[in-house]
Amino acid sequence: MKYLPLVLAGLLRKKPRTLLTLLSVAAAFALFGMLDAVRVAFTAPETATGIDRLIVSSRLSLTQTLPSSYLARIASVPGVAGVAHADWFGGIYQDPKNFFPNIAVSDNYLTLHPEYELPPAQQQAFLKTRTGAIVGAALAERFGWRLGDKIPLQGALYPNKDGTDRWLLDLVGIYRVGDAQLRGLERQLLFRYAYFDEGRTLGEGTVGWFTVRVADPRQADRVAQAIDRQFANSAFETTARSERDFQRSFAQQIGDIGLIVTAIMAAVFFTLLLLTGNTMAQAIRERIPELAVLKTIGFSNRAVLLLVMAESVTLLVLGGLAGLVMARLALPVISEATSGQLDVVMATRSWLLGGVLMVAIGLIVGLPPALKAMRLRIVDALAGR
Amino acid sequence: MDVPAPTPIGEPLVMIRGVSKVYTRGRERLEVLHGVDLDIPAGDFLALMGPSGSGKSTLLNMIAGLDVPSAGTLHVAGQRIDRLSETALARWRAANVGFVFQFYNLLPALSAQRNVELPLLLTRLSAARRRRNAAIALRLVGLADRAGHKPAELSGGQQQRVAIARAIVSDPTLLVCDEPTGDLDRHSAEEVLALLQRLNREHGKTMIMVTHDPKAAEFAKRVLHLDKGVLVEASEAPASGP
Ligand SMILES: Nc1ncnc2c1ncn2[C@@H]1O[C@H](COP(=O)(O)OP(=O)(O)O)[C@@H](O)[C@H]1O
Ligand SMILES: [Mg+2]
Repeated sequence: MKYLPLVLAGLLRKKPRTLLTLLSVAAAFALFGMLDAVRVAFTAPETATGIDRLIVSSRLSLTQTLPSSYLARIASVPGVAGVAHADWFGGIYQDPKNFFPNIAVSDNYLTLHPEYELPPAQQQAFLKTRTGAIVGAALAERFGWRLGDKIPLQGALYPNKDGTDRWLLDLVGIYRVGDAQLRGLERQLLFRYAYFDEGRTLGEGTVGWFTVRVADPRQADRVAQAIDRQFANSAFETTARSERDFQRSFAQQIGDIGLIVTAIMAAVFFTLLLLTGNTMAQAIRERIPELAVLKTIGFSNRAVLLLVMAESVTLLVLGGLAGLVMARLALPVISEATSGQLDVVMATRSWLLGGVLMVAIGLIVGLPPALKAMRLRIVDALAGR
Repeated sequence: MDVPAPTPIGEPLVMIRGVSKVYTRGRERLEVLHGVDLDIPAGDFLALMGPSGSGKSTLLNMIAGLDVPSAGTLHVAGQRIDRLSETALARWRAANVGFVFQFYNLLPALSAQRNVELPLLLTRLSAARRRRNAAIALRLVGLADRAGHKPAELSGGQQQRVAIARAIVSDPTLLVCDEPTGDLDRHSAEEVLALLQRLNREHGKTMIMVTHDPKAAEFAKRVLHLDKGVLVEASEAPASGP
């Protein structure tokens, strides 16, 4: 710790150069922070949540509905432990710009989706209130909603039987999603299918898709085939897929974002390596007489080596942290600008990976000049040889 | 810092016997020092003179533990230092030697105070002690009021006085100065030399100074001449300033 002023003195010796280097390090890490968030957003969550669930939708298209009478028939397929269903409502809150997913769900939906963490009392209220709705904490914060608020949705796809397109919901619950990789679910609104189905003027008695819980995840494929077989050659054929496959196929439609992001980051960090490597080499070259003085005074070879390494790591960590903070501040803006459709947040993983990268690059970049400083022969350096 | 380092009675502080230094560059073999014998008693102020390239710096560097001889032995304060490892020498220098160079060699980003504190970073002293000792050393060289200044904000003479404060702050056995006035104007040079003389006379510091300036050598108690790697003549200089 007492060497800190020495490390800082090294960095402050040429302030403009240090500042420029800090800026380029910060820019690289800001880019890293944002791109890594995008990568996380587009990577199918490798979370244990949902491995025991199937999604059963129309074989024709995602927008085609299925008869609600399928519920009992799916439930009777061996290996099925539970069935819930959901409909994409597509309602608008005040302005189309305020987009967020709002979904009409069956009463047992939360039982099959334990990732929605809702206090028991609010769960009770949801099941007791005909017009009840629950929203994720992120969405509630976005619009400043509190429990007891009335939320009017404009049924863009579904007019209401009362002759308007107004659906008035009562906010009875605010859930959280603990699993960081599923945090995007906190930007949804769920309300009750019963209220939806009795109010709508078209498509009564149908549902958007079923969520099925299988008793044994290892049997998921077999159960999925059995379900599809059940409805083969009917008017409404189905596709049953594991929830993971479903998300994966969705992600693949967008392309392998992860690979692209990794390639960009590799290029950025390679450039950063060359740039800071050059800066450090130059900085140490200019300071050879000073380093010789430190060694003259009695600083050991090891101390001089560590001093230069510490300087390099400090440079990278300061710039890197500034960059990640910049990314952290920019991401909500991006999220809002896309109305939460591109739900990018800084995952703990990004901070950790970023930290590891800072230290690693700092060490790599610092090592050559540090070795040079360590091997410096005092008498030669003092004589300018 | 007023007490001279203890040395066994009858033995000089620095004892040099048969010291040679050979540099080999490729096939070329350059013998810079030829079997130098020299005793320096504690409390001495020795000026080493001689033409450029005669081996003054080489000899000084070996006395100061910055370099090791090719042959011969070197004892300082009773300890043999010509066979020490690089690490051991570094530790020995930290404890025993203060350095003053021609070009001051202060760290430009550090204040005078912090520059003077540098050698103390290698000791076990607390931060408060380090600060206090550095302040005392700065007062001794007459720069207490410049403690917060960066080297660039000081004149050459002032920078050299900060360097002297840095050299004495850890109370070394021995002070070595290589052309300490080589880069200074006459007036600043005399200030610095007077300061060195005072450190020698009033504080008992043993002082070895390389210079090619006869006026500078007048401040020493003793003058030796090196010529082509041989000590040629010893003369007692009048121990007085101008
Ligand atoms: N590391 C070295 N390699 C080769 N020659 C050296 C080295 N160090 C010093 N010399 C040579 O030794 C001679 C004496 O050098 P030095 O002691 O610096 O002289 P002075 O200080 O008296 O001017 C010079 O000729 C110099 O070139
Ligand atoms: Mg010299």
